[in-house]
Amino acid sequence: MTEKNVVQTVHDTLWDEMQADDRVLILGEDVGARGGVFRATAGFLEEFGEMRVLDTPLAESSIVGCAIGMAMHGLLPVAEIQFADFIHPAFDQLVSEAARIRYRTAGDWECPIVVRAPYGGGVHGALYHSQSIEVFYGHVPGLKVVVPSTPYDVKGMLRAAIRDPDPVLFLEHKKTYRLIKGDVPDEPYEVPIGPADVKREGDDLTCIAYGLMLHHCLEAAQRLQEEAGASVEVVDVRTIAPLDKETILGSVGKTGKAMVVSEDNRTYGAAAEISATISEELMFDLDAPVVRIGGPDIPAMPFAGPLEHYYMPDVDRIHERMRQLAEF
Amino acid sequence: MATEVDRQSDTRARDLGLSDQDLLDMYRTMVMARLCDEAQFRLNRQGKAPFVVPVSGHEGCQIGTAWPFQKGKDVFVPYYRDMGICLVAGMTPLDVFLAVFGKRDDPSSGGRQMPAHWSSRQLGIVTGSSPIATQIPHAAGIAYAIKYRGEDAVVGSWFGDGATSEGDWHEGLNFAGIHRLPVVWYCENNRYAISVPLSKQMAVKDVAMRAEGYGFEGVVVEGNDVLGCYEASKNAIDKAREGGGPTLIELKTYRFHPHTSDDDDRSYRSREEVEEAKRNDSLIVFANYLRQQGLLDDDAIESTRVEIKAEVDAEVEVAWKAEDPSPESALDHVFADVTPSRADGSSGGDTNVKADAIGTTGGEATPADSPEEAPGEEGSDR
Ligand SMILES: Cc1ncc(C[n+]2csc(CCOP(=O)(O)OP(=O)(O)O)c2C)c(N)n1
Ligand SMILES: [Mg+2]
Repeated sequence: MTEKNVVQTVHDTLWDEMQADDRVLILGEDVGARGGVFRATAGFLEEFGEMRVLDTPLAESSIVGCAIGMAMHGLLPVAEIQFADFIHPAFDQLVSEAARIRYRTAGDWECPIVVRAPYGGGVHGALYHSQSIEVFYGHVPGLKVVVPSTPYDVKGMLRAAIRDPDPVLFLEHKKTYRLIKGDVPDEPYEVPIGPADVKREGDDLTCIAYGLMLHHCLEAAQRLQEEAGASVEVVDVRTIAPLDKETILGSVGKTGKAMVVSEDNRTYGAAAEISATISEELMFDLDAPVVRIGGPDIPAMPFAGPLEHYYMPDVDRIHERMRQLAEF
Repeated sequence: MATEVDRQSDTRARDLGLSDQDLLDMYRTMVMARLCDEAQFRLNRQGKAPFVVPVSGHEGCQIGTAWPFQKGKDVFVPYYRDMGICLVAGMTPLDVFLAVFGKRDDPSSGGRQMPAHWSSRQLGIVTGSSPIATQIPHAAGIAYAIKYRGEDAVVGSWFGDGATSEGDWHEGLNFAGIHRLPVVWYCENNRYAISVPLSKQMAVKDVAMRAEGYGFEGVVVEGNDVLGCYEASKNAIDKAREGGGPTLIELKTYRFHPHTSDDDDRSYRSREEVEEAKRNDSLIVFANYLRQQGLLDDDAIESTRVEIKAEVDAEVEVAWKAEDPSPESALDHVFADVTPSRADGSSGGDTNVKADAIGTTGGEATPADSPEEAPGEEGSDR
């Protein structure tokens, strides 16, 4: 067991997987000599060489597109999109290609790629270095979209993603990179893609979140417990698609109250899908309307401190809504 | 019939290492592509095939360029126009028509994709989609994997002139150039992307010129000259196999039919232009060559046609009567495994293909027997 932050865990897990299987290779912008702008692949070029650690041209569509070709010819590429905000040129490759290769060939071909992308705000990244992109892809059957938020889950799910026979979009909240630390077992293990995880048990209400918001929710839940004795269950979605409805519904069925927190802007967001699922399935078990927290519907997160802060749900805001819901 | 003396004077085929049998096989494959095309258009007009993509006019450059590839080792990345490529790679008319009718056993997609979206892992034909040029980075990635694994294979990637305007085309060729990958790029330049002429597609005279921007060689070849296509292709494949990197081969060709069965080409090109191109049909040019070589005469040309037509017609019949996919099989093959939310059966994984789905006919969609009963689909350019 070693205490690590999120980005160190990404680094070490990729390292282990590269060492374990020479079909695994890494491609992306600045992943080589620079070791990645977040240092997720620091030292890889020296250890694994140019053939396995590719500094690609600055062209996102072909980062994903070439990875697809590699995957169709026996390799296990892990592509890095430097910032999730720049993944859009590869939308077609992910949605029209990666997601459909198995389906459109009735299972003859498969496309085992992993695309890693740092996403999320709170780092003064402004409109183009802060975005949440998970629902664009979560809407696409054939793609798996995962958002692990603790070092333990990052290690287990990255290993699972690399071993998954289908395309996985692996999202890492960049603010958690150095902020969130935790104990990570030294030996290899997998955390399966799919199941959500109850990160804190409770009886009074269920709070559902992922990414940085998960950590805010855990903090808000602890504060509410100390202040008011309210017992909040916190469910970590972990896999955006395909969504583990069972765990979510199981928890909300038990507590009778739900709030869903996501840092993306609200409309048509992941929280909308989760709330709709709860409303459809548990209408008569609910003691209060489902609460949805997200960013405002503005095009993207602005730069200046006050503007960014206005956009991002924070512990105070989440705590306040949590208190209201507990009292409802 | 040509005399032995005439044959001696033309050693081109022999210099290329092509036997008489090779030449006749190439010719037969060209005729097969042409006759499959005629049949699929007939079926379309009869209302039996909702949508078909013609190949006619491209046979020479397709069969010529695909022929030197090594089946079972090399990788084909065709686009929708490439029936000829796929016939060389090992598809049969039956395979073609199973897809035309959207049948369960269509090897490309089991009736999921439109016809002409070729695929067969066994034959080394890589699945393609409809968005133009998305397959170009795939071809580069496959070539990278070949090099990475130290294999001796080469990738062939075919596309139209319009495809060369897409960003993915540039990105794929650039990547292949940087890594000197074992891939040969073939542009079947038929001077139109649906209706848009070359002059509005690019400001350069030849697509091949663009190769310079990627650091490899560009070659222009007359697409109706089968042996010329073969030669350029063989040289490029040999070079790629030996580690010499990619080549861009531009094949000047022409399509005889509208873009697809939904298109009407009278709005954008003159009948004279089409007739002129047909006079230069690669089938005629190659048949004349084989005549000169003493390998074919008029009777043999006619009997080849009759024989292949009978084969195509018979396979059309078999394909027509083949099983449809069962409706609920639409849920299969989303993922390899069944994930939690899918445990309710909302979408099956590959390990979960229901045994009873095989061999059942679902929808009973009785196809139209006559043009009158054909679904009156309003054509849109697809
Ligand atoms: C990205 C994209 N845009 C538009 C279309 C519609 N479309 C299908 S084929 C075609 C023309 C392609 O022309 P070219 O590459 O020259 O090939 P050709 O059909 O002439 O063989 C167009 C515009 C498409 N399929 N994909
Ligand atoms: Mg064209």
